[in-house]
Amino acid sequence: MPEYTLKIRRYTPETGEAAYWEDFTVDLDGHRSVLDGILQAKDRFDGSIGIRCSCRAAICGSCGVRINGRPGLACHMHLEEAAKRAGDGKIIVEPMGNMPVLKDLIVDMDAVHWKKMRRVTPWLLPDGEPPEREYVVPKESMVDITQTMACIQCGACVSDCLSMEVDPEFIGPAALAKAYRFVGDPRDGQQFERLKDLSEDPHGIYDCTHCFNCIEACPKGVAPMSQIMRLRRISGGDHHIEDRNNGYRHEKAFVKNIEKNGILMEADLLPDSYGGKFHPRAVPELVGSLPVVLTALRRGKVTLKKALIPHKLEGQKSVKKIFDTVHDRDERYELNLYISGTDEEPEHGSERTDSGEDGAAAGTTTAQGSPSSSPPERSPNS
Amino acid sequence: MKVAYWPGCVSRGFTPELHGSMELVAPLLDIELVELDRACCTGAGVIAEHNQELADTLNARTFAMAQAVEGADMMMNICSTCQGAQSECQERLDANAEYRAHVNETLSGESLHYEKGITNKHFLWLMVEEIGLDAIAAKVVKPLTGLKVGPFYGCYIVRPTDRLGIDDDNPRDTYLTQLIETLGGTVVDYAGSHKCCGFPIITMNKAASLKQAGRHIGDAIDADADCLVTPCPLCHLNLDLQQPLAQKEVGRDLGLPILHLPQLVGLAFGLEPKALGLSKHVVKPTSVIDWSTSVVAGVGDGGW
Repeated sequence: MPEYTLKIRRYTPETGEAAYWEDFTVDLDGHRSVLDGILQAKDRFDGSIGIRCSCRAAICGSCGVRINGRPGLACHMHLEEAAKRAGDGKIIVEPMGNMPVLKDLIVDMDAVHWKKMRRVTPWLLPDGEPPEREYVVPKESMVDITQTMACIQCGACVSDCLSMEVDPEFIGPAALAKAYRFVGDPRDGQQFERLKDLSEDPHGIYDCTHCFNCIEACPKGVAPMSQIMRLRRISGGDHHIEDRNNGYRHEKAFVKNIEKNGILMEADLLPDSYGGKFHPRAVPELVGSLPVVLTALRRGKVTLKKALIPHKLEGQKSVKKIFDTVHDRDERYELNLYISGTDEEPEHGSERTDSGEDGAAAGTTTAQGSPSSSPPERSPNS
Repeated sequence: MKVAYWPGCVSRGFTPELHGSMELVAPLLDIELVELDRACCTGAGVIAEHNQELADTLNARTFAMAQAVEGADMMMNICSTCQGAQSECQERLDANAEYRAHVNETLSGESLHYEKGITNKHFLWLMVEEIGLDAIAAKVVKPLTGLKVGPFYGCYIVRPTDRLGIDDDNPRDTYLTQLIETLGGTVVDYAGSHKCCGFPIITMNKAASLKQAGRHIGDAIDADADCLVTPCPLCHLNLDLQQPLAQKEVGRDLGLPILHLPQLVGLAFGLEPKALGLSKHVVKPTSVIDWSTSVVAGVGDGGW
């Protein structure tokens, strides 16, 4: 039987002692999971190793940890695969990030993950009296939210959320993906109120920094960041919610900027994101940025001409035409590869097309019971 | 090799030294740049956030223009964010023939047509995969001996790995490390190398944004870095242009020079620091450059 060394981070806060690393060598088939390895170490060497687990089959979401620095389920990673990615041959196992450690590999999900989950009111709030029998909804609209329903609450995305790392109050990827599950549900009657709340919150949908860590972390292809972008799309595009965080204004300013110039005119983007150069909101921001701008001017990084005179793209008119055509459509055309899958086999290595809209494996599509190839879905919310 | 070259917006706007240094380095690597001067912004993820079809159509237009460049081997960009935004659109366009036809219909007015399967590589990928590290090493005339360089990738070029074709055969999330070593520099391993610079939320949550930049720079300083190198001009904006503000936000002195990728390559190839636009940075790269002799030297090494 091959041997694998697990380097496990040990920590018991109550003892007052610092965390330390401990090596355990286990002998198991390489196709057994890291969780199996941890359990063997616990069984043979030290029964006090703290790990939370239940189903051992990537369904219950209990055994979220970091393996070799990356978040995921301990039961979802083969020992041989983990060993291959281990820097010095030892498989490093540590608790997830962004949450306090209760003991060894067990983090306090209540203090962070579940608290944030409750923050988004994760239940249906239908309008009016319930129908006599069941709600009848279009099939497509429910297919649309299956991606978020695939979440098993393991916390892997929360663990490595880079916005939460600097802003612990950020509602975060798991809870916001859950929010889309209800925002996108045609039975819910509070779409506007939910979005107003989540966009006005300084730690809400506009606090996501677009780092893709949650997409990479999720073992179920939920692609939380893409769900956050959909929340923004509906909040701004359908409800025109002008949030206090400049989120929608920034998006509008960016889109307008490209529509007008073809390429980005940075000098306009900043003030426009705050509502325009002379807007009361913009003034303190611009004054605050003044030293930076002056240094940039002094270094010749930015010239006054470049800052003040738009550098319009040659061919901007054709760009504008595309904006007009797409904006004139009755509804937004949104292709979610998680649902539609890919209709053709990828032919080349570097630009692989075998993943979902959001990095989700195309195979998951079938696992979710959705059609593996169907025409593009139209956004039900536009 | 000949490439259809998409320089991006910021490399011609607030970080002109990026486009400038790329133009200087390209001939030394026998890269012929055919600039896509009618192509438009990739949307940087923001247009996709607003309307996916719009972003996909704008980028399909750029791809179609690149495909129309006669004799070009592939398309090349110099911005992590462009690479990520374009890869996202390409993934959708390549996955579904019906959708592609729909997008091409919009482009037909300009007589443009996107054929599935364009090869679009960031300069970093192109150097490692097309030119090869050995060939690059052979061109080094001033090895970056003693220079401790921290890689800073930018999110869009390292995640999601599936979409970006990062796997055991193409470990694109390690290319900066490999390249720094090839140029003779010392790689600094620090916590922030694959994290977010914070730029996307600078107008929404300035404190959090600057904290990200400040923290990564601080981590790199603690790991003894002389400078960072980034393949992303947007990261450069937050790490360099905003560094004085990031410094205040994290409450410690920073002052770490941030280099664009072609600048680092150019230095090792013997180009003049000034020509590479190093004097245009907000944080002066004095730790990287001995201005009096224009040779590369690490801080405290006394030069060589």
